[in-house]
Amino acid sequence: MRHLRLVPDNTKIPFMRMRRWTFPIAAFLSIMSVVLFFTVGPNYGIDFLGGTVIEIQTKDPKPDLGKLRGSLNGLGIGDVQVQTIGEDNSILIRVGQQPGGESAQQDAIGKVRTLIGDSAEFRRIEIVGPRVSGELAFNGGLAMLVTFAAIAIYVWFRFEWQFAVGSIISAANVVVMTFGFYVVTQHEFNLTSLAAILTTVGYSLNDTVVVYDRIRETLRKYKKISLGDLIDRAINDMLGRTVITTMTTLIALFSLYIFGGEVIRAFTLAMIFGVIAAIFSSICVAAPVLIYFGLRSDAMNDKKKDEGAAPQKA
Amino acid sequence: MLHFTRWKMIGILAIVLVGILAAVPNLFSKETVDSWPSWVPKRQMVLGLDLQGGAYLLYEVDKQDYVQRRLRTLVGEIRKAMLQEPRIGYSGLGVQGQGVQLRVRDVSQLDLVRTRLEPLRNPLGNSLLGGTAINEFDLTVGSDGLVQMTYSEAGLTQRIRQIVDQSIEVIARRIDQLGTVEPSIQRQGTDRILVEAPGLGDPERLKSLVGQTAQLTFHLVDSSYQTGQTEPQRKPGTIVLPGQDNPNVNYVLEETPLITGEDLTDAQATFDQRSNEPVVSFRLTTGGAQTFGDVTQKNVNRAFAIVLDDKVISAPVIREPILGGSGQISGSFSIQSANDLAILLRAGSLPAKLTIVEERNVGPGLGADSIRAGKIAAIIGTAAVCAFMIATYGVLGWIANIAVIVNVVMIFGIVTLLGATLSLPGIAGVIITVGTAVDSNVLIYERIREEYRSGRSAIASIDAGFHRALGTILDANVTTLIAAVVLFYLGSGPIRGFAVTHAIGVATTMFTAFTFTRLLVAMWVRWRRPTKISL
Repeated sequence: MRHLRLVPDNTKIPFMRMRRWTFPIAAFLSIMSVVLFFTVGPNYGIDFLGGTVIEIQTKDPKPDLGKLRGSLNGLGIGDVQVQTIGEDNSILIRVGQQPGGESAQQDAIGKVRTLIGDSAEFRRIEIVGPRVSGELAFNGGLAMLVTFAAIAIYVWFRFEWQFAVGSIISAANVVVMTFGFYVVTQHEFNLTSLAAILTTVGYSLNDTVVVYDRIRETLRKYKKISLGDLIDRAINDMLGRTVITTMTTLIALFSLYIFGGEVIRAFTLAMIFGVIAAIFSSICVAAPVLIYFGLRSDAMNDKKKDEGAAPQKA
Repeated sequence: MLHFTRWKMIGILAIVLVGILAAVPNLFSKETVDSWPSWVPKRQMVLGLDLQGGAYLLYEVDKQDYVQRRLRTLVGEIRKAMLQEPRIGYSGLGVQGQGVQLRVRDVSQLDLVRTRLEPLRNPLGNSLLGGTAINEFDLTVGSDGLVQMTYSEAGLTQRIRQIVDQSIEVIARRIDQLGTVEPSIQRQGTDRILVEAPGLGDPERLKSLVGQTAQLTFHLVDSSYQTGQTEPQRKPGTIVLPGQDNPNVNYVLEETPLITGEDLTDAQATFDQRSNEPVVSFRLTTGGAQTFGDVTQKNVNRAFAIVLDDKVISAPVIREPILGGSGQISGSFSIQSANDLAILLRAGSLPAKLTIVEERNVGPGLGADSIRAGKIAAIIGTAAVCAFMIATYGVLGWIANIAVIVNVVMIFGIVTLLGATLSLPGIAGVIITVGTAVDSNVLIYERIREEYRSGRSAIASIDAGFHRALGTILDANVTTLIAAVVLFYLGSGPIRGFAVTHAIGVATTMFTAFTFTRLLVAMWVRWRRPTKISL
């Protein structure tokens, strides 16, 4: 029986020669993401801004959005955004942070509730007060930094410091680009988005370590080839695996995107982007970083004694 | 790599079986599972509020409000202490920032002041720091006669902690009386309380029960002023409070309450015998009944006000002394509001005001939609991935699929066993695990393929393939596990929900890759004795 092979054997793609193009592209995309982040900025949701989101399903299958918007904006609770999500009668109402502390938020919701009354089912109400929103942003950022530090220490311990630097740069690149994705698409950025970014960080680290592991092994096997050729060889040897794994992950994510419902659509889209960014980053950022930081010159000379370090027993 | 002792084999299969069995109850409805005999595992997964609907309410102790109230009482206590014989003359007693200050006229009495005020510093038990009691207030007595009692940082923190503990008890008692919902009530940090009520559609009633301070006091109405005056001139020792039904009506009351909610032993919602309106009847403690009897005896034909959370519910006139220690509160109640007030009075008042700082409610409809959509997506996704794996690897693809499916079932089994909560981000964690679990199989198979192409025999290739790939899988997964564990400890809400399933998933992935997949392949090798590998 013949099996499906997406990648021919013995590919010899000169990835490291391509780094003259791919590395600057990655750097450019990252820098652009940072610039966009500080100029345009993401479309922050209430988790980070504070405020209220109400999701209702009206009994009327075709409600008059304009009229609803008009009467909500007449309540004197600031600018109220109204939009449909999915069905015509699924409506998302956003109310900004109310001045006057925590109880002012509750009062604003009371007004909306009274206005809508029995004409719709309240499917979701989320209120985030001014104090909590700041903490949520801080904790999310802190969690990410500590994760990076812990991973760097582990990779340093198991590999060489260049690998630790590379895996962090690569993961940071994925994070920054996914942020950029949120800025460009203007999808709402909330705690769930943060979870999406963290997922792609996990995926990116996993993939980078797999590639690094192979590079390390190839390094031990061929002592005379140049580092660039050696990394090319390692990546090409793994190309079949990389493509198959990416395919299966993307199949799973796309089915979630198409059939998974409205609530997680933006979430899965960000993950799809993140997975692609992660694969790109492992090959085009993590690998060249080893060359830029001069892995072989100072590391491989005293490497022989370390030969037995890989886990031999399972 | 392909040899397993009998015991090892049994051990691996037993673990897999336990994982699967733990997940089984989730396939059935709660009623079905309840009817099973007692020796069957029955535990079901706890679904997050985003999946099953419910209310998430984060309350915070209103520190500012508490401090102001506490300092006002402290002023009263200090005044009383100074009036004891021999009297101490002072001036300028009042609240100043986070404390109370006064100036003693006669500097020679400062030692006496110190002994009088020392007991008011209110030592707070602190079991955490091993017995060294923290005082609520710091006392400074200046040689010029300036005396200050201020909150110490540690004292305030400790006091807030106690308030949170007391509040949790009170909230639990109140909710208990509702009977219908089973929310969890937890402390969060030093000054917050998280109330989660899964499955609760409309949280308004819960909010009104949890958030209300319910401080009940009875005060004599100062009859020298007409009720209804908007800005009455009043004498010291009186307060002005608005009416509950009509906030424009103000009442002038004596500040010291006759009795408080703590003097109540029982409260019940009933109907007034004459008007047939819902009222709340109460019974007083012996001490409370005594005081109330005395006061009503002395003040016949005067009005007293029933005050709940600084609002006057009603102000009836005392027709005759109330000596029996029981009475009723009327004040345009509905049946439900009378019932709720009775619950609040029975459960006791909150020691401080609580404000909602974060609230999330998901209706049951939305959660059900998410689950349905998630299931469809999971089935289609799994089927597509399986088909792809079989097309790529044939028989070994089947083995990989079995391993991945067992892996996912085990994740759900462990989540069930641990009693962890499955939320929408948690499902994302499972999906990304499917990605890495498939990856571990792909790594193994691609490795086998390489070894085979480099000229080894079929069985030697399989052996070497596992051997080589497992090192990679270990490093890759430990790295991810570190990330997941850090996120679990530092993250909150959705991040934590994601980290739980992701961490469990990484663990099960390593387990299946190192044991179960290897076992399946070994069994296949023993059965078919392959001499060629078609990958």
